[in-house]
Amino acid sequence: MALKSLHKRESDLANSKRQLEILSNGIFQNGELPTFKNKIAETNQFPLKAKKLEILQINVGYMCNQVCDHCHVDAGPDRKEIMTKTTMTQCLEVIKNTGAHTLDLTGGAPEMNPNFRWFVEEAAKAGIKDFIVRSNLTIIRANKKYYDLPEFFKKHNIHVVSSMPHWTRGKTDKQRGDGVFDKSIKALQDLNAIGYGMPESGLKLDLVYNPSGAFLPGDQMAMEKDFKKALKEDFNIQFHNLFAITNLPISRFLDYLIASENYEDYMYSLVEAYNPAAVKNVMCTNTLSISWDGHLYDCDFNQMLNLPVNSKAKHISKFNEELLEGREIVISQHCYGCTAGAGSSCQGSVA
Amino acid sequence: MQKSYYDPADLKKFGKISEWNQELGDKFFEYYGKVFEEGALTAREKSLIALAVSHTEQCPYCIDAYTKDTLQRGVTKEEMMEAIHVGAAIKSGATLVHGVQMMNKVNKLDG
Repeated sequence: MALKSLHKRESDLANSKRQLEILSNGIFQNGELPTFKNKIAETNQFPLKAKKLEILQINVGYMCNQVCDHCHVDAGPDRKEIMTKTTMTQCLEVIKNTGAHTLDLTGGAPEMNPNFRWFVEEAAKAGIKDFIVRSNLTIIRANKKYYDLPEFFKKHNIHVVSSMPHWTRGKTDKQRGDGVFDKSIKALQDLNAIGYGMPESGLKLDLVYNPSGAFLPGDQMAMEKDFKKALKEDFNIQFHNLFAITNLPISRFLDYLIASENYEDYMYSLVEAYNPAAVKNVMCTNTLSISWDGHLYDCDFNQMLNLPVNSKAKHISKFNEELLEGREIVISQHCYGCTAGAGSSCQGSVA
Repeated sequence: MQKSYYDPADLKKFGKISEWNQELGDKFFEYYGKVFEEGALTAREKSLIALAVSHTEQCPYCIDAYTKDTLQRGVTKEEMMEAIHVGAAIKSGATLVHGVQMMNKVNKLDG
């Protein structure tokens, strides 16, 4: 398990340009595997264009209390990038005027942003109906000041989406750090206790599964069944849906793939599992990703690769929904991660 | 000259067997796909059985494929090891149960 971010370790791969070089060279340069652009062109799906904006995904900072092995954000306690109140105010202006119905807050641990609660309250006043918070669960148990987060989530009817790599301690702690499993279980029990995740409850609690190694996720429905059975039997925990998400070959997961000599095999697996039907529903076509400093991206992955939107409106201060609609999505080989098998998005399978 | 009888890259070429006999190849892959579909047994259970049989058959391609397949289905390494012990137990049991035949023969010839 990594104890420091790639940035803190001053790793070569902390540089997004280096990551993009790796993704464009080697097997993709010599023609052994087709580039993503050529692959989607085979089914006349190039260029990929943005549709109507539905979801604003705001990354409020890269700081996190965990340092997970495969984090695509390279988040950790050593990351200091945090969205300021000024940028949040700019986001609120956009929220008031946009047709987007969902606000998806992510990080790092979004709850660690000192203005997180203020932002949620203001966004609710600004008319956001559907809130998603991507909570790592352990934050709820990390410090007394976070113990009341479940109540805060409930007050604002926030849809909680949490990572849970496996229903066993060993596989979870291997990926997310020692002690993460026990804390996550406690947090899930706290959420259940106030109604989150219960069968008839409107308080939505979904879990995210992503594989612990260099392999793709299995069938989402079958995995959900196994997760539900095990968590209920072992810990009396309930939740609504499981989202199976493919690890994209960027940041710390790319570092792991290269270090473990799995990179080429993994890229082969992604390309072999390419599903043209998944391309139609990739999340970048209805989502806009906003970084901690207010820049706009097609998705959180492009944000981490420093690939800004292909539009004149590149910053929240220049936000223009008309200009952004129909923009060409910026792609590279990491996009194969969202089109493998049943497809992958922040809401799980798409095909 | 190829230095080894097995090449991991050959697993990806499995589908090519149809090129020399399309009809039988197609029938095989259709059957194969059907066998592993969710049925009275879950696809996860079938994958674990396949992993155990891969070992008893000592097929390196199959071990490669079904180790990955079981991992993808959330199978833990403890479950994987138990499954191959089941295969190993049957293999060794199958050897040892023939000991009764040996004993019968000894008893007949030299009893």
